[in-house]
Amino acid sequence: MKKKQKEPLFHIVKRDVLPWYKAWGIRLIAIIAALIVCGIITTVTTGLNPLKVYASFVQGAFGSGRKIWITFQNMSVLLIISLALTPAFKMRFWNIGGEGQVLVGALATAACMITLGDKIPNALLIIIMSISALAAGAVWGLIPAIFKAKWNTNETLSTLMMNYIATQIVAFFTVVWEVPKGSFTVGIINQNTNAGWLPQLFGSKYLLPIVVAFIVTASMYVYLKYSKHGYEIAVVGESEKTAKYVGMKTGKIIIRTMILSGALCGLAGLLLVGGINHTITTTINSGQGFTAVMVSWLAKFNPITMVFTSFLIIFLERGAGEISTNFGLNQSFADILTGIILFFIIGCEFFISYRIAVRKSNKEN
Amino acid sequence: MKKLFSVILACLMVFSLAACTNGAPKAEKSSVKAGFIFLHDENSTYDLNFINAAKEACDKLGVECVLKTNIPEGQECYEAACELADSGCDIVFADSFGHEDYLIEAAKEYKDVEFCHATGTKAHTENLPNYHNAFASIYEGRYLAGVAAGMKLNEMIANGEITADQAKIGYVGAYTYAEVISGYTSFFLGARSECPTATMEVTFTGSWYDETAEKEGAIKLIDNGCVLISQHADSMGAPTACENANVPNISYNGSTESVAPNTFIVSSRINWVPYFELIIKSVQNGEKIPADYTGTIETGSVVLTDLGKNAPAEGTQAKMDQVKAEIQKGTRKVFDTSTFTVGGQTVTSYMADVDTDAAYEGDHEVISNGAFNESADGFRSAPYFDLRIDGITLLDESY
Repeated sequence: MKKKQKEPLFHIVKRDVLPWYKAWGIRLIAIIAALIVCGIITTVTTGLNPLKVYASFVQGAFGSGRKIWITFQNMSVLLIISLALTPAFKMRFWNIGGEGQVLVGALATAACMITLGDKIPNALLIIIMSISALAAGAVWGLIPAIFKAKWNTNETLSTLMMNYIATQIVAFFTVVWEVPKGSFTVGIINQNTNAGWLPQLFGSKYLLPIVVAFIVTASMYVYLKYSKHGYEIAVVGESEKTAKYVGMKTGKIIIRTMILSGALCGLAGLLLVGGINHTITTTINSGQGFTAVMVSWLAKFNPITMVFTSFLIIFLERGAGEISTNFGLNQSFADILTGIILFFIIGCEFFISYRIAVRKSNKEN
Repeated sequence: MKKLFSVILACLMVFSLAACTNGAPKAEKSSVKAGFIFLHDENSTYDLNFINAAKEACDKLGVECVLKTNIPEGQECYEAACELADSGCDIVFADSFGHEDYLIEAAKEYKDVEFCHATGTKAHTENLPNYHNAFASIYEGRYLAGVAAGMKLNEMIANGEITADQAKIGYVGAYTYAEVISGYTSFFLGARSECPTATMEVTFTGSWYDETAEKEGAIKLIDNGCVLISQHADSMGAPTACENANVPNISYNGSTESVAPNTFIVSSRINWVPYFELIIKSVQNGEKIPADYTGTIETGSVVLTDLGKNAPAEGTQAKMDQVKAEIQKGTRKVFDTSTFTVGGQTVTSYMADVDTDAAYEGDHEVISNGAFNESADGFRSAPYFDLRIDGITLLDESY
């Protein structure tokens, strides 16, 4: 009887850092594989030509001038929220309260528009709206940060709970402001006077969020990469003990970073209410506070890469909506395709960081 | 990086070329094209009712139709309406109350396109020639369904299952909105016309579509001693709960017999085909679409489904047909002020909030000839009956 040391068929080995072209090669292969799988599933389940479905997918995002504008507008809002979460994530502070922070920003904006509309000059109103939205978001980020800094509470739970509180507060005010009574609908705020509506840039309805997103992206890149604050965030993220050892006040850094994170979410709320929807609902942010977590992670917290990852998510979302309209498919089918593509894209990051070593055939004995 | 970017760009261009060739417009069936915007998709009984009607009307008239589902009540509705108008639709229709303001925005921009909206309240005050509201006198359908409920209660009393005092109906509503109040009140009056000892309890879910909340609402009402359940919310939650508890139920928007084969009595619904045909034909013939359209039993807009196989009381269909004939003749009025009281008093005058405003001010006298004029000519199509009549208890009013 030979006693054989059993070696698994394959095992997983951490890779060295791959050159960029290899990493992007793997990503490209993943996307192609995802498209092939989606194609097979589409043909098997619906009998449609997958090429037509893909074409329609692209058309959803770029089919007309208006569609292209909306794609970039939606992408900008998602990008701002993702950028907002990033400094917290870099600090290993799991802020999954983006949804709530955006909502309170949106609520503050709506409150100003409803209570102050037509009572004060428009320019002043917009300034007050902006300050309140940023402040509201900042407070919503600050509360879990204080608990974390003072008593080391779990920020994942506390930021998550703050989301539900925000949703309920918005629901409460929806009932206060609803028109007509009982409808649970606020409707377009100041529809006839446009008081408090953020200005259109160069006559375009869609440009303002795009410009804001551009500025926030550039600033966040510089802030994280070149500022002292950015450095401190990175150190706290790597090791809180090291940070303390070198004399950094970690509590202060956590609080300061979460104020920034929350305020930027509030900015997204300001754009959603003042610039885009001109109303307030509990679902105005449609879960983007959570989607942004994925956008930020996929980009490995790099603000420039985030432009591409947020584009990818919005592209998938718009395309998915288009195919459900064009082919009379249920929205769930589009969501399945989006899910498959995301699965491959997220999954391929594993193969960029690790490789699979297959057992060598041992014929020596 | 640059290389990669150019590869991506190249791919995109190839894709968009493909998109152009594949996306060429289909051969036109007729010169008119209709676009429809729905809040949810087929899974919601409310939207399914609209989707089926849109397909039926367009097929019948040979008109091309584009359906957009899952459009939220926000700027997305405006964008969807504009996209439909951009793509050559002559009519754009939206089915949810919260779509209204966004449709109005689009109507201001696209003056050559007709915008029609179900359940809205603003067409008669906005003065836009291309913006229109529509609804139906569904309170008449609810009343008839209530008659079926009253018959069932009487049967249960006669069988000794309950005493006359225990004839309590439960109602799962969405919001304390006039449309819901008008609905449950007419249903209750129909039931009480048959079973004079009937009372009712209403609970609100705070959502038009929340299966769990509707189910829990129904269970709560059954635990409170309600022996028959009806609903104004769009999921299968309440009928499912009733089937489990073996409590007879009456639904809305369409038959729910599939989930409640033993307890389903009947369902009232609005048939939108007559309205869709009207607006399409109006555009084809260059005629004006009314600012407010109220479909009735006569126009075929207010209909009742077939009765359930097991639950309804004997003679329900005959009784409903008789009452229906009376309503059509005008000899019976649903909101006859002699059949209900508010705070113990008969209502002789009421200013309803017909013109939408933030202060909810009453602006139209709606009581005349001994009845509350619901969805009447000269007012608006969407319901505005919001009196709290005696005999109905609201369990919660937070929504």
